[in-house]
Amino acid sequence: MESLYAITTGVLSACGLYLTLRGRTFPVVVGLTLLSYAVNLFLFSMGGLTTDGAVVVNGDGDYADPLPQALVLTAIVIGFAMTAFAVILAMRARGDMGNDHVDGRKHEDREETRR
Amino acid sequence: MIQHLIVLPVVLPLVMGVVLLRSRFGSTRFKRIASVAATLALAAISLALLLRAADGEIAYYALGGWQPPFGIVLVLDRLSALMVMLTSVLAIGCVIFACGGDDEKGSNFHGLFQLQLMGINGAFLTGDLFNLFVFFEVLLLASYALLLHGGGKSRIQSAVHYVVLNLAGSALFLIAVGVLYGATGTLNMADMAARLGELPAERNGLVTAGALLLLVVFGLKAAILPLYFWLPRAYAAAPAPVAALFAIMTKVGVYAILRVYSLVFGEQAGELAALEQPWVWWMALATLVAATIGVLAARDLRLLVAYLVLVSAGTLLAGVGMNTPEATASLLYYLVHTTLVTGGLFLLAEMIAQQRGKAGTRIVKGRPLTQGGALAGLFFLGAAAMAGLPPLSGAIGKALLLHAADAGQRPWLWPILLISGLCAIIALSRAGSTLFWRSHEGERGGEPLPRQQWIGVSLLLATSPLLVALAGPISDYTQATAAQLADPGALVSALLSDNGGAP
Repeated sequence: MESLYAITTGVLSACGLYLTLRGRTFPVVVGLTLLSYAVNLFLFSMGGLTTDGAVVVNGDGDYADPLPQALVLTAIVIGFAMTAFAVILAMRARGDMGNDHVDGRKHEDREETRR
Repeated sequence: MIQHLIVLPVVLPLVMGVVLLRSRFGSTRFKRIASVAATLALAAISLALLLRAADGEIAYYALGGWQPPFGIVLVLDRLSALMVMLTSVLAIGCVIFACGGDDEKGSNFHGLFQLQLMGINGAFLTGDLFNLFVFFEVLLLASYALLLHGGGKSRIQSAVHYVVLNLAGSALFLIAVGVLYGATGTLNMADMAARLGELPAERNGLVTAGALLLLVVFGLKAAILPLYFWLPRAYAAAPAPVAALFAIMTKVGVYAILRVYSLVFGEQAGELAALEQPWVWWMALATLVAATIGVLAARDLRLLVAYLVLVSAGTLLAGVGMNTPEATASLLYYLVHTTLVTGGLFLLAEMIAQQRGKAGTRIVKGRPLTQGGALAGLFFLGAAAMAGLPPLSGAIGKALLLHAADAGQRPWLWPILLISGLCAIIALSRAGSTLFWRSHEGERGGEPLPRQQWIGVSLLLATSPLLVALAGPISDYTQATAAQLADPGALVSALLSDNGGAP
């Protein structure tokens, strides 16, 4: 369970990081989304992983740490709002600049000069 | 009522922001009056908080009545009171200036402005690490929208960089908070400070990783060397009142570094104490050098002022890196000065651009200005204060910082800080003489500027002589603040004993 969890978080953040470093706005937005999923998973695990525990305090039995759940909920809401904003911004940039490069310059120009 | 005063700097802008967003199709006059009145009320509240904190009392406000360390608290001490006061003074200048016409270039300026103030005040007041993240997000969301106010290619382009970088920064912030919570089991900063002292040694590595990740996040906000490249373009592209308010945003980063590392990683943390210090010191000096080169290279007045913001960020962080109470006291004095004066210079650059028409703020020959005399006078005042020429406040702030450096730090700080001052004088005098003296022959152009813009700019730039006149009381206050910061035990015991000033 622990290793599966760790590998999932790691793969998500690696993919997110790779896509965030791309030159066009769409992969960047997708990358940021993946990164925020990875962060949410990570936040979940920060109180330590408990299996078969109750969600909240259940007498003197085993229970999961409730604080990370509250934090992850906040982080999901904020991340969702941010993603929506980033998508709209990327569309505005595409419309106003005429291309979807993060620096606002045309990709084709550069390739032509390289040839 | 009096015990609820601490939460008002967050609640008042929130309520006003919602009201102003709701009445977005209402009359401009109503929005302007409401926004200015709310900002003035905020200043009155901040003044009351400042007077309350001045006698050294550390008060806290437990939201929902949940006592620390379990509930979320807002903490009022000398440092947070000073920062909230500074924010509201800067905001008055910006909002009055915006009433001169900038607010109608897009929609919802005043509502977003109030929400931004809410985020900034909340970040200054909160005593909880996760809550700090939430308030950072509030101020960032408002700033994304404000940066785009009015539209235009350069704004959208710089906003893409700004938003993407800050989203990545938020992800790092969450990871850092998660690591620190996993290692210490708490998010309350005072409680975390108390627990770090008795932390088992095998968790030291985890806490170090979390703490340095936090430094990256705060460094991104404060614009320290490898993380500052978003700043000049974003600040140069932002509308003037927004750019002026952004002058406090880098200071939010400086404040967060000062607060987290003096409180959580103070002397009681044992091996982990002051773990950020070598990083901050050297990177601050490198920031100063890079920003000075940028100041000399800037060919646009707004870009020049943006690089001056970077110079001041480097100067402040060098003070943080010294990590002595004297250095903290002098950096706080310098922080007040530099925030207000750079804010004023951003506003002034916009006024100059309006009068110059097509030439804008580019430092090239343009047509003569209609109100050139008054603008030049204000520019001279602002430039002299910013470059650190006596008798204005910049000189006092820099002299205090230079004096606070110890023998090992002087060979580094003195030449770099003094040469950066010299380069600022060169760049500002070149800009001023080109803008005001080397103009084309011909008709003076440009409409007379609205009265509100003159009031806003004069208000911010007039604080510089005022800071000199009141240098005695203000530096007494900053010294007391530094002494309070150097003794995190007082804050920890004020929060974690049960007899605090909770409602």
